[in-house]
Amino acid sequence: MKVIPGEKPTLLQTKVSRRKLLGGAAAAAVVLAEAPFASAVQAAVTQAELTDPTKIPGVPPGQVGTRSAFEKLVKKPSDISSRTPLQDLFGTITPSDLHFERNHNGVPAIDPAKHELVIHGMVEKSLVLTLADLKRFPSVSRICFLECSGNFRSGSEKLSPQDICGLTSQSEWTGVMLSTIFRQVGVNPKATWFLAEGSDAAVMTRSIPIQKGWDDAMIVYAQNGEAIRPEQGYPFRLFLPGYEGNMSIKWLRRIELSDAPYMTREETSKYTEPVKDGKIRYFSFDIDARSIITFPAYPAQVQKGWIEIRGIAWSGRGKVQQVEISTDAGKSWNPAQLSGPVLDKAHTGFRYLWQWDGRETEIQSRVTDETGYQQPTYKALAAARGSKGGYHFNPITGWVLKPDGRVLLRNG
Amino acid sequence: MNAVFKITLSILILGWASGFGSFSKPSSGGVFTSDTIFNFGRLATPADIQRWDIDIRPDGKGLPKGSGTAQKGKSIFAQKCAACHGVTGVEGPNDRLVSTDSSQGKAIGNYWPYATTVFDYIRRAMPFNQPGTLTDEEVYSLTAFLLEANRVIKPGTELNAQTLPAVQMPALKRYILDDRRGGPIIR
Repeated sequence: MKVIPGEKPTLLQTKVSRRKLLGGAAAAAVVLAEAPFASAVQAAVTQAELTDPTKIPGVPPGQVGTRSAFEKLVKKPSDISSRTPLQDLFGTITPSDLHFERNHNGVPAIDPAKHELVIHGMVEKSLVLTLADLKRFPSVSRICFLECSGNFRSGSEKLSPQDICGLTSQSEWTGVMLSTIFRQVGVNPKATWFLAEGSDAAVMTRSIPIQKGWDDAMIVYAQNGEAIRPEQGYPFRLFLPGYEGNMSIKWLRRIELSDAPYMTREETSKYTEPVKDGKIRYFSFDIDARSIITFPAYPAQVQKGWIEIRGIAWSGRGKVQQVEISTDAGKSWNPAQLSGPVLDKAHTGFRYLWQWDGRETEIQSRVTDETGYQQPTYKALAAARGSKGGYHFNPITGWVLKPDGRVLLRNG
Repeated sequence: MNAVFKITLSILILGWASGFGSFSKPSSGGVFTSDTIFNFGRLATPADIQRWDIDIRPDGKGLPKGSGTAQKGKSIFAQKCAACHGVTGVEGPNDRLVSTDSSQGKAIGNYWPYATTVFDYIRRAMPFNQPGTLTDEEVYSLTAFLLEANRVIKPGTELNAQTLPAVQMPALKRYILDDRRGGPIIR
């Protein structure tokens, strides 16, 4: 049983560990033990009966569904973030409990009955809105990715998609358009920016161009059909489609309209990137187009013969136009099939059926978005930036297939 | 904004302030129009705004009364900040705050473009384990201590709502706006 470092094993994990000791066949009994009326059921079953699920009544319906005890889906936490297991997922929606996290001083506990949003500054009427108020406005649902701009790791061949770029996830977000709220308060035409502020211990703040507020910004209170998770900003957060994740301020408590940006710590000393000639690029809002093969990828083990290469591609500047696959380390490229629907500013699935002859080779994916931007190689990007990493670093990822079936990350 | 719209808007807002009725326009198919005013929520009082309106802009807007010096800031830093940032703001274990050399990470002296940001961030988020507990005087003094250690201000400079926005940060000249708008160029 894999236990996350620094965390006490949960009851389930402890039980699962014991199950391993008992051997795989005993799994059903342990699962049953977690259900109502289970102890009696468990006592009655024998090892032989457990091998055949048709010989014993199943678990009765419950209040909340659970994952199969055979599935081990976990995020990978550090002190400041936790990564989505991209290599373990299918389709493009991230299960809410596996959505990546990036917090600036922990996840606050907020009682929605006591939480308020204040909108003030260059407006005709300053307003206080509660969660209940926000839910009364016309609602909008939209499927979008959210990605942290610091989403690049390298340096070892034993890195999984989760390690390399697990700070991107996708959900269906539901809430109210910020433009609807702007109309309620009567925005002064001279306002050019707004400040968004969170109710966490970092009192996180970002300045956002007002046009984004009118275009497609939302205040969202639901994710994948239920209230957003505390880690995602409960009871509600700002959501800025296509923009770097930290700007979608979580636990939103205040919006102030202004005629200048505030130059907060996050938008100056943190989420900026050193580029060529000693310059520092700031207000890099858009997430650059990126793709990654999530299968086959480390730590998968593959066999020669037919392999469906799968992955996701996305762009903060619009729709994915094309994904290409190389199975010869970038020498030649062939188009992959996109798994529709292809949505604006959304993870888009791709697949490419390929017959591997078992000889060592490297597979890569590269995306082109609807603006004509093509995902660069690591070399091209490092040369253009004058750096080997940093924020908004989105190079092509290559996976080396070894003759023994191991799949390893190619670095550089 | 044309005159008719202005008048309509005024009527809507007046209606809101006086709290009567809904102004939702009837529309076919149950779709709201972009200028529908819903009257949800409540008007914010000055107290609603003041409790949270703590942001500071580079032009000094939002800076509170009070003042501070590096001399006072030194002892506060030793007591409340040094455990994470090191005795002189260099040693860590967390973010290095002091450097005048551009090769030494993202410290205040070599990377922060505005002095007002130092005040704003310390006041809202520091100390990390007790955020929001410092007085305005303490924040001015810590800001002075850090700017002096980074050799951005002369020793003995008193910082207040007038002097702080006037401080010129060495890194400002390095900042360039992101002007990428998609297309084939890699930058």
